[in-house]
Amino acid sequence: MRTRTALVAAATAIAALTAGCSSGDGGDGGKAGEPVSLKFLSLAWQKESVAANKEIVDEWNKANPDIKVEYVQGSWDNVNDQLVTSFEAGDPPDVIHDDSPALAGFASRGYLLDLSGKVPADLKSDIPQAAWDTVTFGDGKGGQGVYGVPFLQESQVIIANKKLLDKAGVSVPTPEDPWTWDEFEEISKKLTKGDTFGVAWPLKSPVNKALNLALNFGGTFFQTDGAKATVKVGPEEREVLQRIHDQLYKDKTADPSALGMGTADPLPGFYAGKYAMLPASVYLRQQVVEQAPSGFEWVTIPPLKGTSADQGAASQTLSVAADSKYPDQATKFISFFLNSTNQAKLAKGDWLLPTSVKAASDPSMTTEENGWNVATASAKNLVVAPYLKVNGFDEWKSKVATPALQQYFANKITLDEAAKTLVDEGNKVLERYNK
Amino acid sequence: MRRPLQYLALLGYMVFLAFPLLWLLSTALKTSQEMASLTPTWIPRHPVLTNFADAFTEQDIVGSALRSLVVAVASSVLTVVLALPAAYSMARHRSLVNKIAIGWVLVSQVFPFILIIIPLFMVLRSLDLVNTLPGLTVVHVTFTLPFALWMLQGYVRSVPRELEEAAAVDGAGRIRALVKIVAPLLAPGVVATLLFAFISSWNEFLFALVVLKDPDVATLPLTLVKFTGAEGVVRLGPLAAASLLATIPSLAFFAIIQRRLRSGLLAGAVKG
Repeated sequence: MRTRTALVAAATAIAALTAGCSSGDGGDGGKAGEPVSLKFLSLAWQKESVAANKEIVDEWNKANPDIKVEYVQGSWDNVNDQLVTSFEAGDPPDVIHDDSPALAGFASRGYLLDLSGKVPADLKSDIPQAAWDTVTFGDGKGGQGVYGVPFLQESQVIIANKKLLDKAGVSVPTPEDPWTWDEFEEISKKLTKGDTFGVAWPLKSPVNKALNLALNFGGTFFQTDGAKATVKVGPEEREVLQRIHDQLYKDKTADPSALGMGTADPLPGFYAGKYAMLPASVYLRQQVVEQAPSGFEWVTIPPLKGTSADQGAASQTLSVAADSKYPDQATKFISFFLNSTNQAKLAKGDWLLPTSVKAASDPSMTTEENGWNVATASAKNLVVAPYLKVNGFDEWKSKVATPALQQYFANKITLDEAAKTLVDEGNKVLERYNK
Repeated sequence: MRRPLQYLALLGYMVFLAFPLLWLLSTALKTSQEMASLTPTWIPRHPVLTNFADAFTEQDIVGSALRSLVVAVASSVLTVVLALPAAYSMARHRSLVNKIAIGWVLVSQVFPFILIIIPLFMVLRSLDLVNTLPGLTVVHVTFTLPFALWMLQGYVRSVPRELEEAAAVDGAGRIRALVKIVAPLLAPGVVATLLFAFISSWNEFLFALVVLKDPDVATLPLTLVKFTGAEGVVRLGPLAAASLLATIPSLAFFAIIQRRLRSGLLAGAVKG
């Protein structure tokens, strides 16, 4: 984060310094009839996903010899650092794969093209409004725009050891009748026996998970008054935090040693029967399929329900750079790349959920194999994560929320103390962005 | 009794140093299932080469390693060529200008390198060097030069001035004294600086990420990162295999020049 902030400052300075002395590379716009070349920065990294991306690009290039797309593989780890410099240097990729939290900042600085009215009607209507909401941001001048096409989303499900469930007489719920948090806590108690914990909560990066799940009880963590956002931690926001904490220290059904783990770190313990259930994003199913020892049986359990089963969602997106010389061609490519057939391929490759309604009904997305039916059904619970609309969320997350929640889950501070820090320190951070 | 204990301590130190490399090798030869075992083992139970095959077929490991090699060799040689005369001058001529220069070199070390990106990027743009290996080489030289200068200056100081004076008394000119007397004694310092510059360039990631945009010019660190995903999830097998291969050129480079480093240290008139 610190690197990114420094890069933003550095790149802004580059732009300011070079503005007066650049050679005026304003773009020739391509001469009529000449083939156009587009650069597509993709962040796919799983083997199947990269293959699906390349296949679709090849298909496009064969069908559109006049608009050649060059596939460039980037990395989630540093894409925003890379993009900031590219944007400011005036040499960004034409088509950019990123996620919706990153788009808000880029949109307000004018780096991305507003796609309102540019996306074909069939693609627009195939993606629910809730997903479009994740890419609709202020343009930094008081207006609103659509700065990407959302195409992959993730939800939080529970991956469980089938044998341990059977042994404890626990039946697997259906997406239509999911477990409530109360039921989940009771079942965790049933599954906690000997060396086995009912659940492992890997909370090395606790903020997004806690905020997304908080919506189960209507917890939004932010309230807005006009353009001004402030932090709130009331009973709704506290509910999920308290319940996870109770599992760790009151019920002792969650292993405290898993707290410092990253998303995939508890998997070895899960395979070894140390943890019966693992709350995780849908994409973790891929790791289970690849790594689980032969004979290991597992199931995907639908998202939990509080007062609702709502979860906060962000999206993976494709955007067009504002500096692209060929915005129309880039938009045309995105429309092809994200048609329902291709979205199904991409979702399968990344083990995520397509935003396309048609893609979600593809047989490969609804099969019971590897829990696809449960994962795909969970998409109906996704609503736009409230934090997506908050300027300064990144800084609040890294400087305030992450350490506060880590300390709370490590039982070093009380929930009241954590809430006070989140609000008091958080509002100080947001105040600078609200000006 | 003392000697065996010394050997034991040395063995322990060697194991400590080699541990990451051995673990990398062990991981690169394991299946996904074995990597996810709760009780990891040193020796893979069912060794496989699929991770190496995946690394090579999915990414341009060889091409990017070659590009990294070109940049690392070029930047390390250039660094030494530029730093050596400057270091000699700074060590031998104690003028005010030199003192200011030494101070400036030290101050430059405390700048966050993110700040250097601004002027460098401007220069590279105006020279049309963005997205080129020469451009990255220039960046790496700029990045390593101050510390290399500082290192070499220390080595030059350790060569007694009296040796040059003795050579002059024996009739050697300044150049001959430098080439025949000083240069051999500076060899270990030059080699150490070369190694430092080579390894810095070989491992460098952020500047490469900013300067090189096209996959056709990507260096090895940019290629390795393609095996990592979001939230710290990585494709450990291919990453370990590719990383293991990435260490080979550094080891080879060290193996080639380490004799020079050793012989240089042992040579010379400064002993006794």
